[in-house]
Amino acid sequence: MSVIDPSNRGLQLATRYVVLTLIAVIFAFPLVFMLVSSLKPDDQLLRDTASLRAFLPVGDLSLQNYYAAFDRAPVGTFILNSVLVTGVTVALSLFVCSMAAFAFVFLRWSGRDLVLGVILATLIVPFETIAIPLLLVVSKLPWIGLDGFSLGWLNTYRVQIVPFIADGLTIFLFVQYFKDLPGDLAEAARVEGASNWQIYRKVVMPLAGPVLATAAILKFLVMYNQYLWPLMVVQEEGRRPVMVGLQYFFQLNRAWGEIMAYLSMITVPVLAFYLYMQRSFIASIASTGVKG
Amino acid sequence: MASRLSTSNRAGWLMALPGFGLIVLFVILPFVLAFALSFTNQRLVSPNPTEWVGLSNYRALLGVGVLHLEPERDDAGNVVTDENGAPEYPRLRSFTRNNPDYPHLAGMSEWFFFDRGEGRTYVLASDVVFMRAIVNTLIFVAVVAPVQAGLALVLALLINQRLRGINLFRAIYFMPVVVSIVVVSLLWRFIYAEEGLLNNLLASLTFGAFDGPDWLGNPRTALGSVIAMSVWQAVGFHMVIWLSGLQTISPTLYEAGAIEGASRWQTFRYITWPGLRNTAVLILIVITMQAFALFAQIDVMTNGGPLDSTQTIVFQAVERGYGRQDISSGSTISVFLFVLVLSISLLQRWLTRERR
Repeated sequence: MSVIDPSNRGLQLATRYVVLTLIAVIFAFPLVFMLVSSLKPDDQLLRDTASLRAFLPVGDLSLQNYYAAFDRAPVGTFILNSVLVTGVTVALSLFVCSMAAFAFVFLRWSGRDLVLGVILATLIVPFETIAIPLLLVVSKLPWIGLDGFSLGWLNTYRVQIVPFIADGLTIFLFVQYFKDLPGDLAEAARVEGASNWQIYRKVVMPLAGPVLATAAILKFLVMYNQYLWPLMVVQEEGRRPVMVGLQYFFQLNRAWGEIMAYLSMITVPVLAFYLYMQRSFIASIASTGVKG
Repeated sequence: MASRLSTSNRAGWLMALPGFGLIVLFVILPFVLAFALSFTNQRLVSPNPTEWVGLSNYRALLGVGVLHLEPERDDAGNVVTDENGAPEYPRLRSFTRNNPDYPHLAGMSEWFFFDRGEGRTYVLASDVVFMRAIVNTLIFVAVVAPVQAGLALVLALLINQRLRGINLFRAIYFMPVVVSIVVVSLLWRFIYAEEGLLNNLLASLTFGAFDGPDWLGNPRTALGSVIAMSVWQAVGFHMVIWLSGLQTISPTLYEAGAIEGASRWQTFRYITWPGLRNTAVLILIVITMQAFALFAQIDVMTNGGPLDSTQTIVFQAVERGYGRQDISSGSTISVFLFVLVLSISLLQRWLTRERR
């Protein structure tokens, strides 16, 4: 770097791009392989792995594997379940966590610092260490629904939704963001006679766009990709989400085309969403690294 | 600012309560329960009342014993050997089953042994599978934490260049992060298969000279394969966190370095790296916590096999707590895992503390 010979700059630039591209190949090709293979019949799929054809959409291409996957498992049900569980959890989470964060930042009440401290302390508890006792908890919880009183939450949508509505990280993200908002905003509204609820709804939340996007994306990724929890609490086929539905395809060793079709179906929408909202996705992850 | 806020106890509690209540019910209660249940014989469904069993779950899980044996000798005092010439030892079962002289070894089985002098020292464990799970998990963490953090930093430095189209590369490197680890695991099962993509590509690159193993079916390569795939999937996540750390370093420092004629390495060593201190600590702790939770890859790819070579702590917790509906044993593993993760995080924090 010390002495840059101008004739070398082009070469240096080219080297950089070659390195970057080689690394990109490592990250992208397994996914390209998945998509391309989902369109190929099994015998061709296996033959193609011996060459670069594995990554090219060539030969006998069809949607046959996709039809077969639908025949093997209730794929539509799985997708609907995942969309429902993920969507409802994200929406409720944004509401509940932002409201709590509002109370921590803009209101003064006895016990506030203690409660916030306890919530932030839960950040060091990995979900995996509470999953087993939580399984016992949800198996005993009561519920009053349209069909009356019942005991135990197993095999329901709520068991996949309610435990994940509130979490320390989401509350933390909102608290961090609200702290940076000008404090007199809320004061001014209060002087005007606005209630706390109105300040939350009309003053603070309209300014919370970026943190809402961040929290929503992180929650979406966690919820859509849930595996361990629904595996344990939902045995009923009609309530299972896509990642658990994948078990229908575990045992197949020869029908790789079908497997690739199912994997593509549950992955491509997320990848497309990511590529479309790339900046927001990356900003979300980056913001989890901001120290409070 | 805080002093100007009016006190509003009712509104404060009302607005925080939904979130706080849910966290109490679904995080704090199970967390406390894990400790309590680990001293009982609680099952998910059981006709018998739950009983307090003291430390017996911990003993059954973590009990380790050592037994030193001398080879068998015949009446003349010569070592008895088998047909291969190897010395014969008394049967372990005679010590671990109903032997009143060795009550502390009761119910244990062989974990591993080493020969020392004339004799042989056996290390026994109450639960050999769980011991393997602990060792595998520690290996996974010990490899993944530095490798993933290091590769992520290299990628972040590459991506931090001012080049046309660099955002495209950043987007591609990050792509596996948004794909579920479950999907990635099943996809890589095909890549790792004996007649799979990896072996076929390696064979054609070496003109047939390379004959790869069944990566996941071989106890010597299975854990390594899981590690490589896990790093591939998650490295983009930490690349982005490094990147945000890199962007907090003031450009004037780099300008000053350039004026002083700092080499590329000096720039990194004296400007970039000190600026990344806090990021480094955070990344190390986050990767460690994530790595200890290793489960989905194992469940999809190997089921703990072959020969328990990919058993992990969380996989064992699920197998017992859910698979065998033995909540107390699963809770005991959970408590063990929490204490392990916490002590390693604290240790990392202490080792990386700022020395003045």
